[in-house]
Amino acid sequence: MEEINRFSAGNRGEKVRSDCFMTFELKTEGGIKLTLSSKVESIYGEHIRLLCLKILDYFEVKHAVLDIEDSGALDFVIAARLESVIKQSKASDKEFLQELITENTLITNKKRNRITRLYLPGNTPSLMINSGIHQPDGVILDLEDSVAYLKKHEARFLVRNALRSLNFLGAERMVRINQFPEGLKDLPYLIPHNVNVILIPKCENEVQIKTIVGHIEMIQKKSKTINPVWLMPIIESAKGVLNIVEIAKSSNTIVAIAIGLEDLTADLGVSRTHLGIESLFARSQIITTCKAFGIQPIDSVFSDVEDLEGLKENVLASKSLGFEGMGCIHPRQIEIIRRYFAPSDDEIEEAKSIIVAYNLAIEKGLGVISLGTKMIDVPVVEKAKHIIKHAIELGRLDENWTCK
Amino acid sequence: MKRENMMLINSLDREVPSTVNNMNVIPFKGVNKHRPEGFKHAPKVATCIDFPEDGNKLIQGLKEALIKSGLRDGMTVSTHHHFRNGDLIANRIFEIASELNVKNLIWFPSASFECHSKLIKYLDNGTIHHIEGSLNGALGEYVSHGKMKGVGVLRSHGGRYQAIQDGEVQIDISVIAAPTADSFGNANGVDGPSACGLLGFALADSQYANKVIVVTDNLVPFPCLPWQIQGNNVDYVVKVDKIGLPERILSGTTAITKSPDRLFLAKLTARFCEQAGIIKNGFSFQAGAGGTSLAVSFYFAEILKRKGIKARFARGGSNKFLVNMLRDNLLDFILDGQTFDLDGVNSMRLNPNHADTSPFTSYNFHGKGNFAQLVDVVVLGATEVDVNFNGNVATHSDGLLLHGLGGWQNCLFSKCTILPIPLFRDRIPVIKDRVTTVCGPGELIDVIITERGIAINPLRKDLIEKTKGSGLPIKSIYELKDEAERICGVPSKPIFGEEVVAVIKWVDGTVIDSVRRVINPGR
Repeated sequence: MEEINRFSAGNRGEKVRSDCFMTFELKTEGGIKLTLSSKVESIYGEHIRLLCLKILDYFEVKHAVLDIEDSGALDFVIAARLESVIKQSKASDKEFLQELITENTLITNKKRNRITRLYLPGNTPSLMINSGIHQPDGVILDLEDSVAYLKKHEARFLVRNALRSLNFLGAERMVRINQFPEGLKDLPYLIPHNVNVILIPKCENEVQIKTIVGHIEMIQKKSKTINPVWLMPIIESAKGVLNIVEIAKSSNTIVAIAIGLEDLTADLGVSRTHLGIESLFARSQIITTCKAFGIQPIDSVFSDVEDLEGLKENVLASKSLGFEGMGCIHPRQIEIIRRYFAPSDDEIEEAKSIIVAYNLAIEKGLGVISLGTKMIDVPVVEKAKHIIKHAIELGRLDENWTCK
Repeated sequence: MKRENMMLINSLDREVPSTVNNMNVIPFKGVNKHRPEGFKHAPKVATCIDFPEDGNKLIQGLKEALIKSGLRDGMTVSTHHHFRNGDLIANRIFEIASELNVKNLIWFPSASFECHSKLIKYLDNGTIHHIEGSLNGALGEYVSHGKMKGVGVLRSHGGRYQAIQDGEVQIDISVIAAPTADSFGNANGVDGPSACGLLGFALADSQYANKVIVVTDNLVPFPCLPWQIQGNNVDYVVKVDKIGLPERILSGTTAITKSPDRLFLAKLTARFCEQAGIIKNGFSFQAGAGGTSLAVSFYFAEILKRKGIKARFARGGSNKFLVNMLRDNLLDFILDGQTFDLDGVNSMRLNPNHADTSPFTSYNFHGKGNFAQLVDVVVLGATEVDVNFNGNVATHSDGLLLHGLGGWQNCLFSKCTILPIPLFRDRIPVIKDRVTTVCGPGELIDVIITERGIAINPLRKDLIEKTKGSGLPIKSIYELKDEAERICGVPSKPIFGEEVVAVIKWVDGTVIDSVRRVINPGR
């Protein structure tokens, strides 16, 4: 019956990198027996041992057998794996927290761009470490679908530590929690660590949002944190589509609403097609509601990472409907999604001439603004201004632009 | 012997032994500081009277050829590596030598591959005394642990030609595996079931070895054209069933990497070259077939297309990718040192603008000029770089020998040498205070491109000036090192044994660094 007391966390195997696998057994005597096999033994072996002993001491573990198979894990990963095995063995209210790096103390603006958000499996450190270099608007550390059921517990420690220690190089730090109500258990691992956005999968009604907001406020009070935590519900069911208005109104912390087409089409009992006629109502419903409440509507991910041409078409269609962004499941999608959600050359040129005509009209004191033979009214000018601003933000237009 | 050597300090502050395998060596003096003296080495004068009048030099088998060549204890036997991981001949030579109870041979390959790890048993049983050539995989590990009797000697492709030409290494028997040959010994790599493109790495061996054996599985009637190896240098020809495993000869590295991090590096490298004004009409480049390098060529091609210009020549490692650039008129010539896929082989056979080269033409430092200096930009890898821009390609950070020098050292002489490398690999920082082993001096390494910033060698004021205000993430090498250490932690120094297990030769034959025995390899 010895097996019952032995616990493990982490990943191992030939393809595993930047991670470690730990087995741990609490003992009543014999002190700490730590064995480490590591590809970085000669340069970090001592450092890793000291870190582990410090954590064991922190959790008042006096006697234990700890085996570590390390494939180049950074400290935040090692600490997460160790805390996970310790807490599987014994209950503790303590948390071993590393410093929250300055870069991760940033709070984000409600209106910032969320065109590209890169999904990262919440229990795979190797994919997180360099994710920021691809410069997505946001990174989504995923605790839901990409984490196996038995790994949910350990992934929470990893995501918590990543939120504190890993530099995402300016990307907004988002976490997709588990489905309601299981996802409530994720929140204490996220809220005190300056997570910027919480994604709520399969959101169906305002009660879910209000419960989550309540939990967030409670955790913030307890942890004495005040940073804003934005919400992004994901609509993935027919009920969610029908309740979209009450969801959108349920909290002023909602910054975006996304649609999840895999689950939604399953719920509707239809196949997901390239054209997407089957979800046209749902998509239009979500977009219109979002626009009414000043929320960003976000499209579903495009799941074929090889098909970049298909992705481009998908983005153009998505943009034409009114979506303002799309999830990315691979870094190579980021550039295309950003490029084609951004204003096109034609749009930019048109906007430029409208603004030039407008400025000219103001200068001359003209009441009516015209461009060629077309009359231009105020909303058109506003839209043009928005396009120019957007184009500059996305690097498609120089700040000191002039007309051709 | 290797335990009682006198250690000297070379100009890069590295300890190197005064003798290697009982031969005196010269410590590295600095770039362009060493002048050779004397005359080239020469093999014995031969006469055609000693060879068959009908030109037929075929003999029964490799064993007979080795015996007839006078194989005996202590000889130096050379092979080439054009068959890469599909080579069947090198292992067979030492199997025969072991059967004949010959001892203390020196194996002098142009490179070794994983398939050669079978030779460990001949190192163990005393057939092979030591290896002078690249040491990787299991062989590298074996040598790193101090198990080889003699000291390993690593040379670049150009350095190997130089060592043979200068007589530093005198080859007793050279065995040249050839995809196609005639019975006179003329041979090439472009035809036959084991086609590998060319045989440039065996050129020096054919010119300078005392005895030369050509082994082929595709014997054709005289004349075998093109004769990349000339039969006039060949003693014996052997026909065997199979000289290599074609699927491993052409290693299929033609797919552009899918690793987003590597693509990122490649793109940044191309962007740097464009901003620095390197990519212009008529420029030249060398980019290897490795993941990141191939992707760099891909992005170079995009830029050429966009600008409507073309490159004068590309040095390769050719593959489908370069061949397509030649076909699409983005490139005038491929100067090819080794061919990585069937597209490369076919193009070399059919297209006169796809020329085969040898380490003599491409890299030899002791010649009347150096092609490598004419190349505008080369893109290379490295396992480590230090704050003085010195580079390491031979050892891992824990000191284990992991791969050969290839043409790396030779390429450093280009007009701009760029190393796109990740800032760290699985926690191992790539930029360090001091590289474990110096393979190339920092003054020849111009730009380090990492995913978190670009460091330009302070000696290259021109590049610094040209990329000012370009929006490129230019940082100092110290900033990059600090960033790596902030993420990974400060690495402690691995502890090595006293014994020198291998030395690294510079392109002029001097010793640039030594490799010590690994005590705690950690894997």
